Amino acid sequence: MIPRHLEIAMAVLLSAVLMLSFYVSRMRARVKATAAVVDNRPVAPPPAGPTEQAALYIAYDDPGVLHAESAAIRLPSGRQERAQELVEALLARYLDKNSPHILPAQADVREVFMVDPGLVVIDLNSALADGHRSGILVETLTIASFSQTLATNLPGISRVKFLVDGKSRETLAGHADLSGDYQIQAIATLSQQLQSSP
Amino acid sequence: MRRTVRLHPSLAFALSLLSFALFVLGDASEPKLISVYSPIANYSLSLARRGSHDYVGLLEILEPLGTVSSRVEAQNWRLRFNSIEGMFPNGAARVRIHGREIDLSAPFLLEGGRGLVPVDSLGTVLPVFLAFPVVFHASGLRLFIREEGTSYTTQLESGTPARLILNFSSPVNPRIATEPGKLRMTFTRDPIIASGPPLVSFNNATISAASFVETNGAAEITITSAVPLLASFGNDGRRITIAPAPSATLPAPSANRNSAAAPQSPPPLSAPPSSPGATTGSPAAAPNRIFVAIDPSHGGAETGATFSPTLVEKDVTLAWARQLRRECEARLLRTMLVRDQDIDLQNDQRAVMVNVARPAIYISLHAASEGKGAHVYTALLSLSTPEQGLFLAWDHAQVQSLASSQAAAAAITAELGKNIPARAVVAALRPLGNIVVPAVALEVAPRNGDLADLADADYQRQVASSVVAALAALRGKLEAAQ
Repeated sequence: MIPRHLEIAMAVLLSAVLMLSFYVSRMRARVKATAAVVDNRPVAPPPAGPTEQAALYIAYDDPGVLHAESAAIRLPSGRQERAQELVEALLARYLDKNSPHILPAQADVREVFMVDPGLVVIDLNSALADGHRSGILVETLTIASFSQTLATNLPGISRVKFLVDGKSRETLAGHADLSGDYQIQAIATLSQQLQSSP
Repeated sequence: MRRTVRLHPSLAFALSLLSFALFVLGDASEPKLISVYSPIANYSLSLARRGSHDYVGLLEILEPLGTVSSRVEAQNWRLRFNSIEGMFPNGAARVRIHGREIDLSAPFLLEGGRGLVPVDSLGTVLPVFLAFPVVFHASGLRLFIREEGTSYTTQLESGTPARLILNFSSPVNPRIATEPGKLRMTFTRDPIIASGPPLVSFNNATISAASFVETNGAAEITITSAVPLLASFGNDGRRITIAPAPSATLPAPSANRNSAAAPQSPPPLSAPPSSPGATTGSPAAAPNRIFVAIDPSHGGAETGATFSPTLVEKDVTLAWARQLRRECEARLLRTMLVRDQDIDLQNDQRAVMVNVARPAIYISLHAASEGKGAHVYTALLSLSTPEQGLFLAWDHAQVQSLASSQAAAAAITAELGKNIPARAVVAALRPLGNIVVPAVALEVAPRNGDLADLADADYQRQVASSVVAALAALRGKLEAAQ
C-alpha cells in the first residue's frame, strides 16, 4: 500500500504539471499573436529642417576620379544627424542604377558617430565591405568619398575611422587600410590628387 | 687616520658591465658563414661553434630548397623535407634518414628546438634528403647543390696600359675593394669556381698576378698590381676588365717590382657599373646590397582581386614581378623578390623582410580590373608623426623616406605615362607605411578595359621596361641614400 504522504506529493506534482502546461500554451499563443501584428512604424524619422546645399564628393570609377558635386539635402541641425544624412545621400547615389561607383546591393552605413574632439566614426555594414570590389583605386575612392564629404560639410572633423559591423577591420576589400584613423589633412591631399584624371 | 674608499654598488655594476662589453667586443671576430649555391637560391648561413666542430641548422639549409618541417619528440628531432623524413637523436652521431643510418662526424645537437649538424657532415646528409649529389668545398665553406658553378678565364692584354680581362660563364656581382698593391673581388652570392690553377702570374710590370681563394663562404679573386686599379663591367656582367686608374702612373721601367707594389697614392675604390659596360670608380655604391625589392602582393589563400574564374590578382602580380626582375637583372640592378612562390605572407612579414634587406627601393605590385593604365602609390601618412623617442612608430616607419618615395613615384609615373595612362597618388596601403626605405606600390590595370591585358606578356614587358628605365635613371640618388 502506498503511504499517504506519497499520494499527496504525487497529486501536488501532477497538478503543478497540468498548470504549467496550461500556462505555456497560453504564452505561446500570445507570442504568435504579437508576431503577427505588422510594424507600421517608419524605419527612421524623416529629417527635419530646411533643404541645404551640400558638397558631395562622388567617385567615378571609369576615369578613376573624385568629383565635388552640389546637392540639395534636407539636413537636421545636430552634427551627428547631419553626418548620417550626408552618408545616406552618398549611399543613395552609389546604389542607384546609374551609379558611377557601384557598391553592393545590400550596402549600408549602420551608424555615424561624432566623437569629440574631431573624430567621426563611420560604421559600415558587412555587406558593403564583403561585397566591395577589390583594388587599391576602387577602395581608396570609397574611403575618400565618405571622408572628404563629411570633412567638407562638417567643419571641425580632424580624423575619420571606419568600422565594419561595429568592429575594426584590417582592410576594406583587401587593400585600403582600415586598421587606423584617417587624418583629414591626408584625405584632403588624396582627394585633390583624385580630382585629376590619369 | 686611515680612510677607507668604498665603491658605490651602482658604480661597481656599471664598471662590471663596461668590462664585460670590452671583453666581448675585444673578442669579436668575423662570424663564420657557409654559402649555399643551388639553381633555386643562393644564400649564406651563420655557423655555430660547439666544441671543436662547426655546426649549422639543418632546417635552415633545406628551407629555401623545398617544403620542410620539423618537430621535437622527447630527445629526438624529426625533420621532414618534401616526402623524406629523418630522425636525429640529440647527442648521437648516428642518425636515420629515409630508412638509412648515417654517421655524422660529431654528435647531432638539439638546441631550443633547432637541429644542428656538423658542417663537414653536410656532404653525406644532404644527398639523402635531396636525392642528388652535393659538392662541399670544406676549406671555403661553400656548398654546391646541383650547381655547376660559374667558371672564369683570365686574359692579359699587355698594351699601354695593360688590361686584365676576366670572362665569366654567367653574370657576376662581386664586392670590390682595393688596398695598396691589390684589387680584391669577393663573390658571396656568385658560385665562382676556379677553372685553372689558383695562382696565375703574368710577366707584366703593371699587373703581375691573379689569385683565387675560397674562404668563409665566399670566393675571392685578388689582382696584384704595381698601380691603383679600376674595375669595369661589360657583357651584361659576364666580363670584368681591370685596368690602371686614369691618374695612376707606372713606376720607372727599371724599378724593382716589389718596391713598386706600393702605389704612390691611395687607390680609388671600384664599384659595379651604373649601366652595362660603364666604368665606375664611385665609392658610394655598395655592390652586394639589394637595389630593388619587388613584392608581388597577396599570395596563398589571400588571392586578392578575382578577375575571372582562372585569373586572380596573386598570380598576375607574381608574373609581373618575375618579368620586372628579368628587366632589372638585364640592367644589372640587384633584385630581390619578396615572394617567388604562391605562399601566404602577412604585411608585417613583408615589411620585416624588406627592412632587414635595406634595398634602395621597394616596389609592391598590384593588379586591377578597374580604371585604365597604371597608378603609382606612395604611403598616405598623417602629417604629424607620433612621438616614440628613439624609435619610429611602426605605422610611420616610412616617414623619413617619404620624399624619396614621392620622387621615385613621380619618375616612374612619368616613364609609364609615355605609353599608358599613369598617375601618382597617395593611398593607405600596407605595408608601404611600415617600410623604412623609399617605397611605392604599382597597380596596373588593362590599357583599354580588356582583362586579357593583365596576362599579356607584351604588356607586362612594356610596363616593366618603363619601371626599370625610371629606376635606372634614379639609381645614383637612391644608392647614395642607401
